[in-house]
Amino acid sequence: MSMPFYVSPEQLMQDKAEYAKKGIARGKSIVALEFDRGIALVAENPSSLSKIGEIYDRIAFAGVGKFSEFDQLRKIGVRYCDVKGYSYSREDVRAKGLANAYSQAIGDVFTRELKPLEVEIVVAEVGDDQLAGQEQNAMYRVQFDGSISDHTGYCVIGGTVESLEAYLQSNYREGMPLGEALRLGRDALSSANGGTPIAAENLEVCTLDRDRGGRKFRRASADEINDILGTGE
Amino acid sequence: MLFRGRYSGSSFSELLDVDFPQLRAESSSGLSQGRGALEIPHGTTVLAMRYEGGVLMAGDRLATAGHMVASRDVEKVYMADAHSLVAIAGAAGPAMELARLLRIELEHYEKIEGEALELEGKANKLSQMVRANLPAAMQGMVVVPVFAGYDLRRHMGRLWKYDVTGGRYEEAEFETSGSGGIYAKESLKKAWRPGLSSGEAIRIALQALTDAADEDRATGGVDLARGIYPIVKLATASGVEDVPEATLRQVYRERIEIARTPAVAE
Repeated sequence: MSMPFYVSPEQLMQDKAEYAKKGIARGKSIVALEFDRGIALVAENPSSLSKIGEIYDRIAFAGVGKFSEFDQLRKIGVRYCDVKGYSYSREDVRAKGLANAYSQAIGDVFTRELKPLEVEIVVAEVGDDQLAGQEQNAMYRVQFDGSISDHTGYCVIGGTVESLEAYLQSNYREGMPLGEALRLGRDALSSANGGTPIAAENLEVCTLDRDRGGRKFRRASADEINDILGTGE
Repeated sequence: MLFRGRYSGSSFSELLDVDFPQLRAESSSGLSQGRGALEIPHGTTVLAMRYEGGVLMAGDRLATAGHMVASRDVEKVYMADAHSLVAIAGAAGPAMELARLLRIELEHYEKIEGEALELEGKANKLSQMVRANLPAAMQGMVVVPVFAGYDLRRHMGRLWKYDVTGGRYEEAEFETSGSGGIYAKESLKKAWRPGLSSGEAIRIALQALTDAADEDRATGGVDLARGIYPIVKLATASGVEDVPEATLRQVYRERIEIARTPAVAE
């Protein structure tokens, strides 16, 4: 008869966490930044597989880590929100509810399954000036073990969170125009890379723009990124 | 709860069928088969036509239930997505539901897949949705949409009509649907020609709806007392736009002027 090895729960969780962190650290970080008219999500991503996606009218998603896992999470988020909006109203679909659902689900996988999800995600929601009580932006970060936190100003996910947060803390200011926010995002990501500025064609940039009607999400093309980076506004 | 879904494709209606059957309208059950047993609001005349810049779609505002007015200001022409429109005629409840579902369906696909369906793909999806409504249609809840949009690959407006079985027919010029559709079609037949400007297209669309309202009691004309005008929308290369009420008011006034001016003897 074989005796199963005894592993203490502490050890088990620690091992899983280490495993997940290692997977996440392999990828590049992503920053989400509030600017005067919305939220910009900036990622270094030379490939055509997107890390940032649209979830609902005012909600965007970004993920780092294992692509297949966070892309699956993105799709699940779209389904969750579309069903919710269909059965209630579009205004009932909020980032907080979605981020909580993500947190539960990711936490569940972390405790129950052998292999944790090697992902970290951000759920961002832009406020709507027309909806009383929903004017504020919201950003939530959910980690591999399901722990969730909310952020104002900026939110970073990925392997280099500490250094990026330190960079943003000393350089971020409220009410920046989009061009400035985008340059800050690029410079922050570049600083984690040793300082060489990341070329526009290697950036993936999406915005949630308060001023757009209906669906606020927009993916910027390489030309648009270049234009925005170059402008003072 | 987030991971419990079994469906993994990119269609919203299939997602509902597989994972949320309780949200699917029980379209056919509970309805009596007898004629007129249940007075369900019906929407009436809609039309679509190609013009130089894309397609125009218009519909009157009246919904009737038997001989009664159910609503004077319903919308029968909807934006399906940034470049397409759907107009519905038939039982108002299921028709509005179909339009809403189509809109979510197209947006859902675009978000899941990262790119929008081609115009033909959208038309085909609608065809499947109409077919799914067939059991209800057999019991009188007939829904027949007209779908139109701007084809960004071919740089032109295109439009399709449907039958209750989901049959899909592309039309090169114009199409009408609903109880007053036949009168609107007769009107368009005489006025439509290739390469219409948007202004002319709006004018003949309004004329066709007025003709339909003249002959068909279930179609609403321009309601001057309440200030209710038909809904007219355009789908062009730059997207979907509403024709503002002020424009419709102006076009309608001019039409009345012309109609009231006596012919001059030669």
